[in-house]
Amino acid sequence: MSTVLEQEPQAVPPAPESRRNYLNAAFGVKSWLLTTDHKRIAILYLASVTFMFFLGGAAATLIRLNLMTPQGDLVTADTYNKLFTMHGVIMVWFFLVPVIPNVLGNFFLPMMIGARDLALPKINLASWYVFMAGAAFTLWAILAGGVDTGWTFYTPFSSKSSHTNVIPTLIGIVISGFSSIFTGLNFVVTVHRMRAPGMTWGRLPLFIWSLYATSVILLLATPVLAIALTLVMVERFFQIGIFDPALGGDPLLFQHLFWFYSHPVVYVMVLPGMGIVSEIITCYSRKTIFGYQFVALASIAIAVLGFLVWAHHMFVAGQSVYSAMIFSALSYAVAIPSAIKVFNWTATLYKGSISLQTPMLFALGFIALFTIGGVTGLMLAALGVDMHVHDTYFIIAHFHFIMVGGSVMAYMGGLHYWWPKMTGRLYPEGWAKVAAMLIFFGFILTFLPQFVLGYLGMPRRYHAYPPKYQVLNAMSSAGASILAVGYLFPFTYLLWSLGYGKRSGPNPWKATGLEWQTPSPPPTDNFETTPIVTTGPYNYLQQALTDVEENEIGDQLRAPGPPV
Amino acid sequence: MATNSGLLAHQFDDLEQQRDTELLSMWLFLATELLIFGGLFTGYAAYRYAYPNDFEAASRHLNVLIGAINTIVLLSSSLTMALAVHATHKNRQNMLVACLALTALLGTVFMILKGFEYYIDYREDLVPWTSHFRAEEWINPGQIALFLLFYYVMTGLHAIHLTVGIGLMLWLTIQARRGRYSPEHYIPVEVIGLYWHFVDIVWIFLLPLLYLIGTHSPGDLHF
Amino acid sequence: MEQRTVLQATYYAVFAALIALTLLTVGISFVNLGEWHSAVGLAIASAKAVLVALFFMHLLHSPRLIWLVVAAGFLWLAIMMGGMLADYMTRGWLTYG
Repeated sequence: MSTVLEQEPQAVPPAPESRRNYLNAAFGVKSWLLTTDHKRIAILYLASVTFMFFLGGAAATLIRLNLMTPQGDLVTADTYNKLFTMHGVIMVWFFLVPVIPNVLGNFFLPMMIGARDLALPKINLASWYVFMAGAAFTLWAILAGGVDTGWTFYTPFSSKSSHTNVIPTLIGIVISGFSSIFTGLNFVVTVHRMRAPGMTWGRLPLFIWSLYATSVILLLATPVLAIALTLVMVERFFQIGIFDPALGGDPLLFQHLFWFYSHPVVYVMVLPGMGIVSEIITCYSRKTIFGYQFVALASIAIAVLGFLVWAHHMFVAGQSVYSAMIFSALSYAVAIPSAIKVFNWTATLYKGSISLQTPMLFALGFIALFTIGGVTGLMLAALGVDMHVHDTYFIIAHFHFIMVGGSVMAYMGGLHYWWPKMTGRLYPEGWAKVAAMLIFFGFILTFLPQFVLGYLGMPRRYHAYPPKYQVLNAMSSAGASILAVGYLFPFTYLLWSLGYGKRSGPNPWKATGLEWQTPSPPPTDNFETTPIVTTGPYNYLQQALTDVEENEIGDQLRAPGPPV
Repeated sequence: MATNSGLLAHQFDDLEQQRDTELLSMWLFLATELLIFGGLFTGYAAYRYAYPNDFEAASRHLNVLIGAINTIVLLSSSLTMALAVHATHKNRQNMLVACLALTALLGTVFMILKGFEYYIDYREDLVPWTSHFRAEEWINPGQIALFLLFYYVMTGLHAIHLTVGIGLMLWLTIQARRGRYSPEHYIPVEVIGLYWHFVDIVWIFLLPLLYLIGTHSPGDLHF
Repeated sequence: MEQRTVLQATYYAVFAALIALTLLTVGISFVNLGEWHSAVGLAIASAKAVLVALFFMHLLHSPRLIWLVVAAGFLWLAIMMGGMLADYMTRGWLTYG
């Protein structure tokens, strides 16, 4: 059945110059740096995290270039240690954690619930400044010589032996943690208190459910990271040992505190992406989500269960065996809600009216790659398997499938999906499809060989390796170069579209959702009048029936009879 | 419905929504603070479980008299804080200013006593990372140092929070003297009061955990 | 919504109870309770904390959502402490191989 979406979305004649939106409401640097408009703050974050993404990507480029040869002769071992630390620190705390919540969440959470802004706009702006302060410390630490502890900062190396800029880096990370806490607080309060009339919890879009679950994690987990890293700084600065075995201290105490945050934070990184996938899958299947309640509650279940599995990162570290067994069992359990989501997305696609626009390509890619990553996670939950593949490339492949194949793909999908709304411009669909293909296939070539490498025994965080691993490493590096080109495509054409892209109307995808009921780009207060919500989300069937009624096709479908 | 007397921020529909939001925000923030201190308490609990005798021995050397006095000082400051919120609701401006100022004063008294206590700890050679620590005096100096480290970090973090609280209290006092608070505009007092009570609750737990692990003798009551 | 205001007298009564409990906890530390000092101390501290929360912080008259936030905070603290102490307390029990 043909749908409107199979053609290019209709371009719209240029809007009258006088139509005010959030972009032209005020001009000048001050109006941006002192804004409290959630949409402008989202753009500020977009600029910052994009910069950090390419910085982290530069580190990854050097890593993969170094690993082309077994001798690893591009950089020294010390420099290599600094590179993978920089890559991890930047990508985790300064890209993956903030990107979807602080760019797409900031922009669309208020709009999707029918609010004028977040509950605490000044805290929102403060969160960006705090983020920038944290980034400044960390970047200074990197430029002033780097850090070589790995993003996990295990003691006692980080607290005693490492001769690199550990303390400034940790200060930067702790500061950026407060940015996360502010954001989480703002989102939770906004969803509780700022929903438009008629927007009950059962009518919230699934992106909101996932942002809410993410925010709960941010609130409860980030403080523990702050204390863990602060104790490392205390130990390093005062030269006395909390995690020092010579003083009767336990290095595992750090690992417990660190992973109590760092496991839930991986759900912070993936849950918002899952929310985006729900939005995209429904729109481009023209169907409501299968099992709305299950998907919504699965987000909460992931958030809660995600707090119960942290010690599966410590199976080989020396914790008690009983403890390891319990965490292993719980780690199997946490896969269940994620699997429920994958089943429900698949059921949503079934007999849907699918159109393969770029956001849909990214969403489908997410489902495929996240599933592979998740299933390999189940393999790792088994103590016997983890004993062998811990600290190998198997682990690296596993989490990159989730983080890059999952989260980054979802972010790309969401960025494309909502780009017309944010900017009033359409991106070039042809180039975007090419980019999606490059990213998808480049990703697979980069990371699939790494599963094999890990299984064959190649350890992680080594700058050189035995020659037998070279073929797989070269494949991986080749894939990385394709992936890099793939990411440069949207960076280029999205910027290009700002000046030269076709203008977009309010709802180029004919999607449901309050954010599509306003002009593109939206006015500063989002809505002319506060919307009143009367239906649930994703009411594509009702919308299709209304469409049929309203156009001539409806007349032709009716049985011939006397003229009405 | 409350009237908009210049207090209503543009993202809210009415004052009740605004007040509910601000209260919820502070409670959520306090939940995060619970987890920050909780991380420290957990680490402390782990080592306490591993080294019960050393922790008890070290605890006996802390100054329980100052600890007890400080507890009473802080509890009194919570009383005056609660009375300040009460005064705001009843529009008793003089009582409000007095109570806020008294809360700030009691907090400062705590800090002074704490500083004095740190000096006494220094004098009694209880500072492991300096020369003021006699390792030969203890069976397991490493474990003793571990206890003392947690003592300084936990009370130190508490003191930092209290200092921020005193600063906020002084700001509230100045604003209250200008008559800014009333039965319509009471949320800043209430919200900062919540923070103040939380800092008090942390100290309520620090007292038994740090000072009262073992059995004291009357000779322990001294400055 | 307007919260029911607490009477001023209630604040004084709660304060008196808090002081009494403080004197109790300090006083009882001079009695030889052996290994029970911590349990008793924590129990008394919990009672004091509950009084401060319910009356000084107005938790008693606060909406259910606030109760949920407080409960969640303590639950997560329990998860963290439980999970970590479970490791420490069972370290010697079983070994690999």
